[in-house]
Amino acid sequence: MALLSVQGISVAIGALCPLEGVTFDIDKGEILGLVGESGSGKSLTAMCVMGLLPRIGGTITKGSIAFDGRELIGLPEIELRRLRGKRIALISQNPMTSLDPIIRIGAQIDQVSILHLGLSATTAKARSLDLIAQLRIPEPEAIHRAYPHQLSGGMKQRIIIAMALAADPDLIVADEPTTALDVTIQAQIIQIMVELVRDRGLALMLITHDMGVVAQACDRVVVLYAGRVAEMNGIGEIFAEPKHPYTRELIRCIPRLGQEPGSLKGIPGVVPSIVDYPDGCRFNPRCSNAQALCRDEAPALEPKSSGLAACHFSEV
Amino acid sequence: MTAFAPIKTAIRSPRGGVSAAVLLLVVVCALFAPLIAPYAYDIQNLPGANTEPGAAHWMGTDEFGRDLMSRIIYGARTSLSVAVTAISISVAAGLTLGAMAGYFGGWFDRAVTAVVDLTWSFPEILIALILIAIIGPGLESTMVAISIAYLAQFTRLTRAQIMALKNETYVEATTNLGAGHFHIIFRHLLPNALTPVIVAGMLATGDAIILEATLGFFGLGAQPPTPSWGAMMSSGTAQIFIAPWIIIFPGLAIAITVISINLFGDALIEALDIRNRLRSV
Repeated sequence: MALLSVQGISVAIGALCPLEGVTFDIDKGEILGLVGESGSGKSLTAMCVMGLLPRIGGTITKGSIAFDGRELIGLPEIELRRLRGKRIALISQNPMTSLDPIIRIGAQIDQVSILHLGLSATTAKARSLDLIAQLRIPEPEAIHRAYPHQLSGGMKQRIIIAMALAADPDLIVADEPTTALDVTIQAQIIQIMVELVRDRGLALMLITHDMGVVAQACDRVVVLYAGRVAEMNGIGEIFAEPKHPYTRELIRCIPRLGQEPGSLKGIPGVVPSIVDYPDGCRFNPRCSNAQALCRDEAPALEPKSSGLAACHFSEV
Repeated sequence: MTAFAPIKTAIRSPRGGVSAAVLLLVVVCALFAPLIAPYAYDIQNLPGANTEPGAAHWMGTDEFGRDLMSRIIYGARTSLSVAVTAISISVAAGLTLGAMAGYFGGWFDRAVTAVVDLTWSFPEILIALILIAIIGPGLESTMVAISIAYLAQFTRLTRAQIMALKNETYVEATTNLGAGHFHIIFRHLLPNALTPVIVAGMLATGDAIILEATLGFFGLGAQPPTPSWGAMMSSGTAQIFIAPWIIIFPGLAIAITVISINLFGDALIEALDIRNRLRSV
């Protein structure tokens, strides 16, 4: 049975409907990539899983989210709080501001295991030092005593990963963990995070818009477009044989070494606005293959020769 | 180390250094009054009443022949203890109320804000007078009255700070790691909101000394024979043409203490670089 199973969730924020029928699951020890452009609903999906939607005034109107066999939708806040950090941990986008500026780094990591595992201050500290070392930060003792402003962005992001790992969660949701960092640091952080997750047999939901990160880290990929799942497939299949034209375009957009100068293309058109989604398949205005059927009828997410895709003409 | 750095910077500035020295003197007087005062504060000597300042009595004697300097030194005790206790209570209550109102919002926030704004619309002296009229004069009721009179200021300041801080990413990140409201308020929000409140508390202590003296002047504060600067000035009004020193020296004590507190508070604001945050009230 899947560790996390998201079945056809739709989200409403006021009159808007930013997510529609999003479905995927994550097994224990699996790394699932969630890709899509800005505004496609990646972060919102993460918020659904963490039970944080009410904070931005959203509600889940349809579907179910089961974690370890337990339905999360409708769970009271106090129960959700017990899951957050302890069973499901979130690594946020912005390492620069995600640490309390006036509390020492060490105390911030310690408090997670004190809070969730009931450790004593000394055991918690030993555990934090161990975690800092595992994240390949030199001089763990010095870092444990440091304040956030003394650390670089890459260091802070590692500390945030340490905080996420501190209570031994089963699932980590990483919402664009390296977007704010230098490209050189990005690859390194992803690698360390993936290694730690693999070592511990944890499940990771990695949200990104970087297909390079996906190729480096993930077992399976879910492609979101305009609030719907466009395609879901294994990492090998999705790069070798994308079923959805949007995925094809995304992969075509990855710059390659030795590419002819000026030949790098974007996807024509823009992401449709949430207040004015096109009828039928939401990708149809940008799709080179769009037919009359695509404008009239939204394609269902169906099994293809491998994986699932929502396209009427995926085998074309 | 880091926590004391701004205080050091403040003391190094000229006005900060001078005011800190004066404040230290006042505090030492208050703490060690029995050792410093040349006479007892309540021994009357009617034949020596209204003696001019001189070698035996540096600040002269009052209308009962009591040594004025001794009474001023003991009076520092009354003024400081009343002001500091009252403001501490006020800051503690204001922090709690303001944090809860700012963090939770909703009906609780509206209720707190309504009451606080109501008291905010009256001068502190008026609130203090009303409260003393209700609970009766005395040292304890002065403390209670002063602490309630200044409550609005600290509640508003804290609430504004918390409302700005609660949307910070690190607060969100802590929630995402499963922290509860209590943890977030006391471990993350209040420590970050504390600095301006402490400085406002320091400045309010100066005002509270004046308020205590005013209440004492009206005979509503400390009751005789407990020396209080305000009450001493009040009794000096009757002798103002015969023995002006009775009203002048306590007045000077009040003025110098309050000016020092304000100057030191200013130096501290500069050192902490928080003028903008204080203005958010």
